[in-house]
Amino acid sequence: MNVKVIVKGQAKGLLLVAKNPLNFLGGIDKKTGIVHDKNHDLFGKSIGDKILVFPYGIGSSVGAYTIYSLKYNHCAPLAMICLKADLTTASGCAISNIPLVVASKNDYDLLQEDKEVILDAIKGQIS
Amino acid sequence: MELTKEEESALDGKQGETLALAYRTLVAIGEASDSDRLIPIEWAHLSGVNYNTIGDAGRDFLSHLSQDAKFKVKTTVNPMGFDFDSVTRYNLDDDFIENQRSIKNSYEKMGAIPSYSCIPYEIFDVPKQGTQVSFAESNAAIYANSFSGLVTNKEGAFSALASALTGKSPCSDLRDDKTRKPNLTIRMKVESPDELTYGMLGYFAGKVAGSSVALSGVNGLDKRSCKSLCAGMGTSGACGMFTFGEEEGEKIDFDKKEMQKIHDELNTSESGDLITLGSPQLGLDEIGDLAAILKGRSFKKRCMIFCPSAIKGQMRDLGYRKEIERAGGELLFDCCTCLSPLVDNKEVDSVTTNSVKGAYYLRTSNKVDVNLKSLKKIVEEETK
Repeated sequence: MNVKVIVKGQAKGLLLVAKNPLNFLGGIDKKTGIVHDKNHDLFGKSIGDKILVFPYGIGSSVGAYTIYSLKYNHCAPLAMICLKADLTTASGCAISNIPLVVASKNDYDLLQEDKEVILDAIKGQIS
Repeated sequence: MELTKEEESALDGKQGETLALAYRTLVAIGEASDSDRLIPIEWAHLSGVNYNTIGDAGRDFLSHLSQDAKFKVKTTVNPMGFDFDSVTRYNLDDDFIENQRSIKNSYEKMGAIPSYSCIPYEIFDVPKQGTQVSFAESNAAIYANSFSGLVTNKEGAFSALASALTGKSPCSDLRDDKTRKPNLTIRMKVESPDELTYGMLGYFAGKVAGSSVALSGVNGLDKRSCKSLCAGMGTSGACGMFTFGEEEGEKIDFDKKEMQKIHDELNTSESGDLITLGSPQLGLDEIGDLAAILKGRSFKKRCMIFCPSAIKGQMRDLGYRKEIERAGGELLFDCCTCLSPLVDNKEVDSVTTNSVKGAYYLRTSNKVDVNLKSLKKIVEEETK
């Protein structure tokens, strides 16, 4: 599928799909990459070394630093795929060199948990 | 995105690595938001100051950046983790203090005004109507758009930082009049609302709204309720502004049932070991109100009250400080309820607050239970 490139890069890995938007600051432990918001559908899971699929980021703008910290602490996602790229996620990925793309609603709905994909965030393709 | 020659050359690294990084960030968010160009902004307000929120990664990043970076426009900063003037009274480890000092020094070296406040709209002169700014703190971005007549997106920490370094921001989202017009109206159906009701209305609105939302049935908001509404909205969503009155398009009611759902989500305890007031920080008006409400009364338990140091002198001169301290209130400057290391889950199990934003971060980040109630109730039940 074709996607819109926000932050360039390439990644190959398993998809981790979140139903709910993510509050990076309040929802994720920046030292481990584990989702610790009990009300989030990814609660208890690690977003590290996965291609993270989620609708968009919400809440504190400091979430951008959480994304940077995940990278610094070696527990960041390999790449992120969103429905809508909010400024916290986009700026966090840009500074941290984490590939970020936006998928259309139809394509987004086809992304399945645990499926292995190759994300080319230069050409704008997922295969 | 169309860049000017100068912008292109900065992006290519011809004006140094710092500006290249800043422009790379602006271009990424420009792409994310379908912007065709960059426009000048006059004021950047940065988040990412508290060591508790940005950690070693943020400390090192800022330290490295500050070796040669300088802010191009007026730049103000969010609260830190604690108040340097009173930190010795708290049981904070030296590492935390030194890490916080490093972050503080980095921002000031780059030229930040040492405001350490999440309410820049209350402590600085607000520029003229329609001025483009770049505010990262979520409650401040929403307040700036909805009450101060300023124009900003709900910036991320790094997008506002990139704006501070370049004086620019992509012209997109809420910088475009079309996006500022809401296509969803929330009808306020809860009677006799107080600041907590408005905080929950904001939290509800954030969950259901896009970039902008209309609120109907809301009038006569005092400062406390305005700030609570903005902070609640900023916590739960991506929404960056609201207008008053009904708009065309979809309509949703915020009634008692919806409010109860939010209360049940955020309130996890029937009582608190300590009280915190101030997320957002209390400005001079609210401090004055609080001093008046507390007249002759005293807190039955510890109550931490967070405010900006910009009002320190005035609150002393007006006698507010004396009155609040007489009542047992503990005034803290330059920091805020949210993610303060001063609220430690090894010492307290639960916290009473009237802040919806505070409640969310106390539970998820400080990992304490929260007893959420209005200021009126806090005064009735927790003072004598």
